[in-house]
Amino acid sequence: MKIAVTGINNVDSPGPGVPVIRGLKDSESINAEIIGLSYDTLEPGGYMPGITDKVYLIPYPSGGIENTFERISFIHSKEKFNVLIPTLDSELYGFLKLTDRLSSLGIKTFLPTFDNLNLRAKDKLFDFCTANNIKVPKNILVSGTNDLHRISSEFEYPVVVKGIFYDAYIANNLEEVQSAFKKLASRWGLPIIIQEFIKGDEYNVVALGDGSGETIAAVPMKKTYITDKGKAWAGITIDDEYLLNLVRHAVERLKWKSGAEFEFIKDGETNQYYLVEINPRLPAWVYLAVGAGQNIPEALLKLAIGEKIKPMTEYKTGTIFIRYSWDLITDIKTFESLAVKGEKDNKSLKN
Amino acid sequence: MAKFSVPSNLAVSESGFLFVPSSGETFTLNEIGSEIFMMLKKGSEDKEIFETVVDSYDIDLYTFEKDFSDFITQLKNHKLIKEL
Repeated sequence: MKIAVTGINNVDSPGPGVPVIRGLKDSESINAEIIGLSYDTLEPGGYMPGITDKVYLIPYPSGGIENTFERISFIHSKEKFNVLIPTLDSELYGFLKLTDRLSSLGIKTFLPTFDNLNLRAKDKLFDFCTANNIKVPKNILVSGTNDLHRISSEFEYPVVVKGIFYDAYIANNLEEVQSAFKKLASRWGLPIIIQEFIKGDEYNVVALGDGSGETIAAVPMKKTYITDKGKAWAGITIDDEYLLNLVRHAVERLKWKSGAEFEFIKDGETNQYYLVEINPRLPAWVYLAVGAGQNIPEALLKLAIGEKIKPMTEYKTGTIFIRYSWDLITDIKTFESLAVKGEKDNKSLKN
Repeated sequence: MAKFSVPSNLAVSESGFLFVPSSGETFTLNEIGSEIFMMLKKGSEDKEIFETVVDSYDIDLYTFEKDFSDFITQLKNHKLIKEL
């Protein structure tokens, strides 16, 4: 089966494309042929042996959905892929708007719904959690620097200052909040989210919902090594039924469709879990779930093609992932093909 | 006389490596720490542990009782044992 996958930017803050592909390639029931969709000529997934069978450049989401659709239609006319798996937050709304048109070409997807995306948005998460008895750090939305003076009366420092789409800073006083506010507002726009800082360890859960409220897969992980960008560089699967039930409850209430990553902080003093974010796509560490016994990319693909999947509940606790970086050597001819023609055949790449 | 219990889901290897599956935390014990922890896990009382360790190692009872108390405090802080 031919499957197109985005997010093959396996860089220091990696996209989930390469681990998703690894899961698909590991599947014994799918003979996966992978078409990598790359936003840049140097996304590593387009050069790594055994990952993409062919790679095509696609326009950035900021270019608009018509450009995306035109390019995807062209690639599909050549490759006739069956399923498209977008893996990046920034492209989800665009592909969701294109779902019907992609479907008319014969391209299947399994994306979150607009409701899913809106309910878990950073400025809505607090309301969703409080309405559903899930602990969440207190937050307020601020739309101007005048509102920042509310912080000292409503929070204790430090606080977390978050952009509406990406990025977060920890601020220890009003001056640091103002500085973070300016950076985030100029980059991602308003409002800015001011969130209570919870001190504790970070736990994440990768999950897959079928859209009816059922959790098809879920694997929890403790981050054991965190980069300066807050990304997990190592992690270990844990056995915590309470945490899994929290995620199942959220999936059920959201009627979540597709993959997701639930980010929690466990308060070091009270041992309570606080849900700090729901990312609407599989995380870059999803291959840990595959290694622990739940091939979530494979299950997502099967849901996309309309197969019924039984919920997976077993996985191996104590499975560890350790990310690493590796200098891949290639040559100018290989690069040229993608740079000039916008496509590259990888079948000759050797392991 | 005190007795302790070790959480049933705690994984302990013979080399003294502890893994708490519910939190993902790991700990490493040295040889004597490992030996004491195994005795705690078996349900030995503190008096029995004192006798075994003082008989096997070059240490007096007074010093060992103090070290044992510190060790127990650390294990409790990390929720690796509970006093019964």
